[in-house]
Amino acid sequence: MKLKKFGERIPQSLFFLIALSALSALALITIFIFIEGVPLIAKVGFFNFIFGMKWAPSLGQYGIFPMIVGTVLVTVGAVIIGVPIALCCSIFLAEFAPRQLSMLVRPAIQLLAGIPSVVYGFWGLIFIVPAIRNYLGGPGLSILAGSIILAIMILPTVISISEVSILALPPLLKEGAFALGATHWQTIRSVLLPAAKSGILASIILGIGRAVGETMAVIMVLGNAVALPSSILDPARTLTTNIGIEMGYASGEHQQALFATGIVLLVIIMILNASAQYAIRRK
Amino acid sequence: MRTGFVLGDNIRTGLSNYKIKLQTENACLYYGKFQALRNITLRIPERSITAIIGPSGCGKSSFLRIFNRMNDLITGARVEGKVELDGQLIYEAHFDIVELRKKVGMVFQKPNPFPMSIYDNIAFGPKQHNRYTKSELDKIVESSLKQAALWDEVKDKLGQSALGLSGGQQQRLCIARVLAVEPEVILMDEPCSALDPAATLRIEDLMRTLAELYTIVIVTHNMQQAARVSDTAAFFMMASDRAGELVEYGSTSQIFTNPRDKRTEDYITGCFG
Ligand SMILES: Nc1ncnc2c1ncn2[C@@H]1O[C@H](COP(=O)(O)OP(=O)(O)O)[C@@H](O)[C@H]1O
Ligand SMILES: [Mg+2]
Repeated sequence: MKLKKFGERIPQSLFFLIALSALSALALITIFIFIEGVPLIAKVGFFNFIFGMKWAPSLGQYGIFPMIVGTVLVTVGAVIIGVPIALCCSIFLAEFAPRQLSMLVRPAIQLLAGIPSVVYGFWGLIFIVPAIRNYLGGPGLSILAGSIILAIMILPTVISISEVSILALPPLLKEGAFALGATHWQTIRSVLLPAAKSGILASIILGIGRAVGETMAVIMVLGNAVALPSSILDPARTLTTNIGIEMGYASGEHQQALFATGIVLLVIIMILNASAQYAIRRK
Repeated sequence: MRTGFVLGDNIRTGLSNYKIKLQTENACLYYGKFQALRNITLRIPERSITAIIGPSGCGKSSFLRIFNRMNDLITGARVEGKVELDGQLIYEAHFDIVELRKKVGMVFQKPNPFPMSIYDNIAFGPKQHNRYTKSELDKIVESSLKQAALWDEVKDKLGQSALGLSGGQQQRLCIARVLAVEPEVILMDEPCSALDPAATLRIEDLMRTLAELYTIVIVTHNMQQAARVSDTAAFFMMASDRAGELVEYGSTSQIFTNPRDKRTEDYITGCFG
């Protein structure tokens, strides 16, 4: 009897240890980033760091406001372009597509998630950037190019999570609406989408998280200028690309400033994930 | 309130005095290759309550769903034979399903209010079919809830979520939701099976009131309920190939006191023990 209990305990504690090690890795990284970054924010001043217009490490100036603006603009653009497409796609898959078709489309969309981001960036550089330059003007390397690439990259997240949340609705809801004489489209619009809105909202927030965190593809098409952009055809720099571009040669205070940029990113992502969790739980 | 095994009122029901509202002739239903119903010929009189009874799996729900073409939602489901509403063949290609479902409402086994306010639940149907002003909708909501005997309980919280209501209230809300689109027929698929006895009796009372204006077809596995509320009853059973067949159909009093078919008698005595 005792032995058996002991036998039960071993795997239990093993799983616990492994789970703990994953958690402690997260904690270690977070602590490390904060230890490296916080002194610099303290030195420059929180306000000057966040709202400073000038990023010139060689002059000791560390203002990341243009990058915050860049991140927000690129992400908002990605949401404006990507979310409507993704929602149409998930509604189509959940409600209209015949089984065989959705069985084909679903893995294809998952494949989109598996394409390495450098491939997206390369593709954007070769096709999107010149197209923007030729048809819309500007350098081509631009917020618009970044938004288009990110819009494609967030599709799998938004599509699959919102599709699942539509499919998870009780069939009785749909039958109830049909039985009242509502058409399929009326049922989707007035019953299913409102009923699935928390899951859909969560999918969008997670998509935003993905867009905010993406680095490689964005570096390749965004132009990376550290100035406030005045139009979506201007180049810009995001928080992630700032780290990605400069980490290779940064040292000392400069390196600390990049970790400080990481803190800002981490906080943004944490807020986004928390609100996605909140959206999912609030029924 | 009616309790116990009351037949009194049902005896007056001579089938012949009533206009026929719904009718099937040799109706068959298939789910893919599986035949769920075979050659059902049945006439359902207007403004009365018809109970569909029989052991589980014999196709009662399937039969009910023939009348509002709910089976259309199931891929592979197919209906053969004649199904008529007011003498019109409802499975004709040109028959307007939206109009059909407005006329033939349905209440489900489990209450299925939409996750929205009480008011919006009732207003949902009318809003899909017509443009109403706010005050017109207010009137529809109020009169539907009154007809469903729910108004007094919810009139002060119309804006609250319908999911906060009790099971019995939710089911009456679903009835009110159907009434709001001004149906002629109300199909009910075991509407009380998820409810406690008190809520069940309230719904039964409500059904009796509604039967003065509407044609009600109710599926129930509860023999006492069928005996209490219905005017006519149809007894279904599975054949050896699991296809449902109509064994006997007649006034409720005849079916329960003087069944013609041995199988009906066995089933009913079995149920009342
Ligand atoms: N959507 C469906 N697809 C295939 N078979 C079904 C479907 N719905 C019901 N059936 C089958 O049809 C028969 C009758 O079912 P149902 O009408 O639900 O019976 P009841 O309501 O009398 O219990 C059963 O054998 C059931 O398995
Ligand atoms: Mg059933």
